[in-house]
Amino acid sequence: MTGTKELVRIEGVHKYFGDQHVLRGIDMTIGQGEVSVVIGPSGSGKSTLLRCVNMLESASAGRIYVDGELMGYVEKHGRLHMLPVKEIARQRRNIGMVFQRFNLFGHKTAMENVMEAPVQVKGQSKAIARTRALELLDRVGLSERANHYPAQLSGGQQQRVAIARALAMDPELMLFDEPTSALDPELVGDVLNVMKDLARDGMTMMVVTHEIGFAREVGDTLTFMDGGVVVESGPPREVIANPQQERTQAFLGKVL
Amino acid sequence: MRSTTLPAADKDAPELIDAVPVRHPGRWAGAAVIVIFLALLVQSLATNPNFRWDVVWLYLRDTRVIQGVGWTLVLTAVSMVLAIVLAILLAFMRQSDNPIFRWSSWTWVWFFRGTPVYTQLLFWGLLAVLYPKMSVGVPFGPELFALNTQDVVSAFWAAVLGLGLNESAYLAEIFRAGLKSVDKGQTEAAEALGMRSRKIMWRIVLPQAMRVIVPPTGNETIGMLKTTSLVLAVPFTLDLTFQTNALANRTYLPIPLLIVAAFWYLVITSILMVGQHFIEKHYGKGVDNVSGARGPVINPAAAKAAAAGIDEHNPPKLSGGATAVDGEYIEESGR
Repeated sequence: MTGTKELVRIEGVHKYFGDQHVLRGIDMTIGQGEVSVVIGPSGSGKSTLLRCVNMLESASAGRIYVDGELMGYVEKHGRLHMLPVKEIARQRRNIGMVFQRFNLFGHKTAMENVMEAPVQVKGQSKAIARTRALELLDRVGLSERANHYPAQLSGGQQQRVAIARALAMDPELMLFDEPTSALDPELVGDVLNVMKDLARDGMTMMVVTHEIGFAREVGDTLTFMDGGVVVESGPPREVIANPQQERTQAFLGKVL
Repeated sequence: MRSTTLPAADKDAPELIDAVPVRHPGRWAGAAVIVIFLALLVQSLATNPNFRWDVVWLYLRDTRVIQGVGWTLVLTAVSMVLAIVLAILLAFMRQSDNPIFRWSSWTWVWFFRGTPVYTQLLFWGLLAVLYPKMSVGVPFGPELFALNTQDVVSAFWAAVLGLGLNESAYLAEIFRAGLKSVDKGQTEAAEALGMRSRKIMWRIVLPQAMRVIVPPTGNETIGMLKTTSLVLAVPFTLDLTFQTNALANRTYLPIPLLIVAAFWYLVITSILMVGQHFIEKHYGKGVDNVSGARGPVINPAAAKAAAAGIDEHNPPKLSGGATAVDGEYIEESGR
């Protein structure tokens, strides 16, 4: 699945929250069409890393490139200059994100949630956005729920709407921040199936998750993080079947 | 305990409990006392000649009174609009990354909330004494043109400034609480979609904050309606309270004219309450209009209940079986 073109490049990223050193030098690349799965115990920094990619958090050190473009800064005369908010907003348009807690807009129906960004950010006409939204909702199996508000949908349905909402911007890269962690066990499968479909269609994905089964089946790369560093990385089947590091072995022993 | 069975449709239906409900003699006694007092009140209203209902009826439709109602409404509306615009600005400034904005917003609220509205009205009335002339020019530099303060800040505008600025401080706090009540995830999701801050505020955060903002703002509007009765401090002399007071002084009949004023304030308040109801309904979208009827029922217990045609919030008596603890039946508590 892994293409030749490099889409995401993370170089020596550190992140401090006050005194807490959450990320301690992360290097990672994701090729176009690659599904990169990141696992690790809570507090390992995996979600923070993901949030750094689309600048929801800004890294304290290091650089992140998406599609060759440095995120959040522009380099002039050997110094980094912060990008204005509107430029950061532009960079984010290429990157879809799915949150653990769905974060659907509560005052808008499923359809309106999906239409919001294309109309408001891209300036698409409502008619076109509506047609596209219906297609996307159909793709995640929810076209008949288009006029429901988030509070009328189950967690799994909300998360699938959230995926459709992110896809509506036609992103090159999709970030998933523990997309199934807030779901009842019987609803996890539907969301994972939508993600598998996406992967099959060649979407580049960075997925922070606890679903080892998903990593094994869909992932091209599995990265195990602990204590703010990458402990081990490689093809999922190999890492899962034959972890080289003691910490990876201990973690997998607990979750498998 | 008598027992009944379900309609013939279901032969295996369990016996429903049909228990004698707990009696509440205290409630009956309390209700009786209230009814007696109400009857006394109605009787006195009808028979006490000092109420002078004829005078009330006469002045209820008096042109000066109706005009007073009009001016009170205009004062309330214009002051509230000024207060709301300022409050939105103040609430945004309070959330800003710019410390000067945050500090100015805080100081504004501190000052205008910390001094009595009556004092502020007096002050705006006296503005022309403090600054007889207002001029436009370059700051610390030459003057371009000047006007008499008295002409620019008439009594009406002095009243609006006094009421509006004072109110803006309270509303700013209400708006701030409203904005804070919206989950941070909403902003993050909008940011991740590439939306700009202003659009995020107007399209995502504010509409959801309105659910929290509208009820106390309705409260404040009703408060404002009645605070306009203080504008004689400016002095502004056309509002309802001033008019009815003036008529009372002229006719030596204060009580019927107080009733006239109270009547009109109540009428306006009632209309405002109806308006508030509809605004609340509008901004309750996605929360208050979401019931099991339109969408799928998420809670499995509720789904089961709905399937059985049972109102979840008002369940029927326990059907079949009894819960016993230490051999005693647990009383169903009153809901």
